[in-house]
Amino acid sequence: MTETPIDPAIDPAAERQLLALDVNGTAYEVLCESRRTLVDVLRHDLRLTGTHVGCEHGICGACTVLVDGRPARACLMFAAQAEGARIRTVESLSGDDDGRQLSDLQQAFRDHHGLQCGFCTPGFLMLAEGFLAERPDADRAEIRELVAANLCRCTGYQSIVDAIESCATARRAKEATEATATDETPEAAEATGEER
Amino acid sequence: MSTTTGAHTPDGGEGPLVGRSVARREDPRLLTGRGRFVDDIALPGMLHAQFVRSTVANGELTSVDLDAVRKVPGVIAAFTAEDLDLGDITAQLDRPPEEFVPTAMPVLARDRVRYVGEPIAVVVARDAYAAEDGLEAAKIGYAVRPPVTCEADALADGAELVHAQAPRNTLVDVALFATEGIDEIFASADCVVHVETRTGRQNALPLETRGAVAHWDDREEQLVLQTCTQVPHQVRTVASRCLRLDERAVRVIVPDMGGGFGQKCVVGREEIATAAAALRLGRPVKWIEDRKDALTASFLAREQHYDVRAAFDAEGRILGLDADVVCDMGAYSCYPFTAGIEPLMAAAEMPGVYTVPAYRVRGRAVTTNKAPTAPYRGVSRPQYVMVVERLFERAARELGLDPVETRRRNLITDFPYTGVNGITYDPGSYLESLNLCEQTLRDEGWYERQAHATAAGRHLGIGYSCFSERTGYGSTAFAQRKMEVVPGFDISEVRMDTSGAVTVTTGTMSHGQSHETTLAQIVADALGLDLAKVRIHQGDTDRVTYGWGTFASRSVTVGGSAVRLAAGKLGEKLRRLAAARWDIPWEDTTLGRGRVHRHDDPAATLTYTELADTAYLKAHLLPKDMEPGLTATASFDVFNDGTFSNATHGVVVELHEGTGQVEILRYVCVEDCGVAINPRVVEGQCRGGIAQGIAGALFEQVTYDAQGEPSATSFMDYKVPTAQEIPDVTVQHLETPCAFSETGAKGAGEGGTIGAPAAVLNAVNDALRPTGVELDHTPVTPETVHRALRRTLERT
Repeated sequence: MTETPIDPAIDPAAERQLLALDVNGTAYEVLCESRRTLVDVLRHDLRLTGTHVGCEHGICGACTVLVDGRPARACLMFAAQAEGARIRTVESLSGDDDGRQLSDLQQAFRDHHGLQCGFCTPGFLMLAEGFLAERPDADRAEIRELVAANLCRCTGYQSIVDAIESCATARRAKEATEATATDETPEAAEATGEER
Repeated sequence: MSTTTGAHTPDGGEGPLVGRSVARREDPRLLTGRGRFVDDIALPGMLHAQFVRSTVANGELTSVDLDAVRKVPGVIAAFTAEDLDLGDITAQLDRPPEEFVPTAMPVLARDRVRYVGEPIAVVVARDAYAAEDGLEAAKIGYAVRPPVTCEADALADGAELVHAQAPRNTLVDVALFATEGIDEIFASADCVVHVETRTGRQNALPLETRGAVAHWDDREEQLVLQTCTQVPHQVRTVASRCLRLDERAVRVIVPDMGGGFGQKCVVGREEIATAAAALRLGRPVKWIEDRKDALTASFLAREQHYDVRAAFDAEGRILGLDADVVCDMGAYSCYPFTAGIEPLMAAAEMPGVYTVPAYRVRGRAVTTNKAPTAPYRGVSRPQYVMVVERLFERAARELGLDPVETRRRNLITDFPYTGVNGITYDPGSYLESLNLCEQTLRDEGWYERQAHATAAGRHLGIGYSCFSERTGYGSTAFAQRKMEVVPGFDISEVRMDTSGAVTVTTGTMSHGQSHETTLAQIVADALGLDLAKVRIHQGDTDRVTYGWGTFASRSVTVGGSAVRLAAGKLGEKLRRLAAARWDIPWEDTTLGRGRVHRHDDPAATLTYTELADTAYLKAHLLPKDMEPGLTATASFDVFNDGTFSNATHGVVVELHEGTGQVEILRYVCVEDCGVAINPRVVEGQCRGGIAQGIAGALFEQVTYDAQGEPSATSFMDYKVPTAQEIPDVTVQHLETPCAFSETGAKGAGEGGTIGAPAAVLNAVNDALRPTGVELDHTPVTPETVHRALRRTLERT
């Protein structure tokens, strides 16, 4: 990727490095200064602007992305540190090709009014996505503790906790149904597995 | 309103959409990362701006040397005030000089700096990193003067003056009401209680910081300023004046906004400077405020000092209120509200929900060497409600009465009620909300639990707050504040296209409040249309007629009424058009399901598409007196004192001896905002508001050292509460419809924030009752609580 017009004042060769990044399953090459943060590369170089920047010092969590499946603050990482890792952003959550179909987690946020202005939302979604993959059995108290990792100024958090809890509950119920189905008809379960 | 039936609803249901928690129109894009916030905008050749800011609180600028800045790799340009030569931002009140002193806020500081963080120069660079490199190279010379960092400094004899034209550093000084005989009432009262309260300076703290992208459009001969503001037209007005352009030559566009809460309802210096830099360079320029600047150098709020006495009779009936309010407004008046915003709100509204027969108030705004202030959600009401509610608690304690019963004896129950402050309160459910809230906590057994806890040596407290909130201020109410720029009305246009879909413009500006959904619900009902056929347009000064944006819980009351009226007018045109086809009186028709129906023949209908086809594509078929097209415009204003939402908050807290932590065990809010257009949205507003109120009561404070240097410069020091500190909140609704808004709705945006500090503080004090300590200042920190509990332990 090249930057937009390079001014004559700039030495185009100045301290740039070529990075190879794996973002949402796509391989990118980015030429950037070594001090450039991961979030700036995602947002401004790859134009994946769903990930937001709220504080640039790792507290608010608006920039949360998944690095090898785990939630991380993209404002606290240099892009160079993300080489070799699988990065996932909010743009990857949707199940369909054009990214518009809401995933169960996104839908749960909508159902529970888990967002108002929506600025912190991608961070909370990625936080929950990473967490639920690791702790599918989490109870409300654990979810509340998780939600306390990020800041939201609009909702008072309750609806975010509600959304994540309801998504977790629904996933568990679905898994239980599928497990029952597996016991009964192995072929049916296989089909379901493929769908997922 | 009886002329519509059977709007289609997204879930296939029938009946009106107003009153239903329909899913938000905003959500799909925001959930999939497809929102467009200001920092998401990238224009070809765009440059990046950052600001050289003052490092001293008070002083003369002796030199501004940017030569080294301009040599930093990546820096394209750097401009001082002199380079840009812009008009100042000046807000006025129509009051005599002894009551109001205006301050001119230069876009960039010229020869004087008045707070740490004040912008002195703008640096424009190839990217944001290079812009920050540039800041480091600026050489600024100051002749430092002693800083005025607090109210006591400001009002001291011989104090350093922040503005030479403002003696005693006082920008606003008004004495109001002074009921005749008030001194005698206090002298002869059975009980006089006194509360002195100081409330911490706060940051409204939208999670998206401020920012703007500006460029000149040669084809339109327009400056296009994309900025996250709650007041797009006011930004346009000020930008055109500062930049000396015709106002039509400025187009303000507001993308998705990451919150505002008042901080973005005033015009910022940086957005104007960004526009000026773009004009000067002939290239797009973006400025995104970093968090440190947002915490220290943007608009702040809430640092107030109350000294209030209340007189009661032996039965706990309030006889009078005598108040002195001083608000520390920082270095400049904000546009358009001025430094009067906080003291005038407090002075006008303090008697609140109670029948106060005598009232006297002095309200002052002092100027200090701190970042200026803007309205913040609730504006003074979180503070004066806390003071009044503390007065009631104290009086009840002195008189040996139950504090809830004492409130009950004083609540306004006979509506409309014209108060001692001259305000007429429309009907509300003041008593009902208190009763329901108290009953809820009683039924849940909190009083028993408190007794058990106390017996076991624990510290459980129960606290309430009762309040109302004036919403839907119209021009009349704002004019009473004597603002020179008088907000109030809203204008809406509803335009139907040939496919039968409508575009609705509104002058309000949603920044999380869900107007794309709620206003669409109103229009869909009015026209009998599917919600998906209604699209709300806001935040573009070229598309929307002059409006006042979103603040003061005005959007659904005022903006919602304007869209309802405009939709009604369009509906009438559709009916007239259909009636002409059928050759029947238009009154004999009804709207519903995207069609006009005739009363005498339910089977005969004309679809909006068919009618639009005539109105646009076969205008020769129109009746002679009918104009082509399907558009309607309507305005709405409020010509009385506005409409009052009300609520009671009930809180149970436990104080922890070891840590001084205030744990909120239960939070109940009984609110009445009239007709709730979308109850889930209203609950969201309540809960979010309560979180901000709790933040002010227990956590957040903008602090300064003796030199006026801000000491809370990151989220490590400015403690924004998380999900661990904010409890779940039960919201119960009562409904007393507004008689004059077109939908029956009252505003719902600020109440949560208003009620929370008082209820929390009362609960804390209830828990501290055995200690004899009373806490009246906020934030109540763990240290304060720990010390209060410690004192008792030492005593026993």
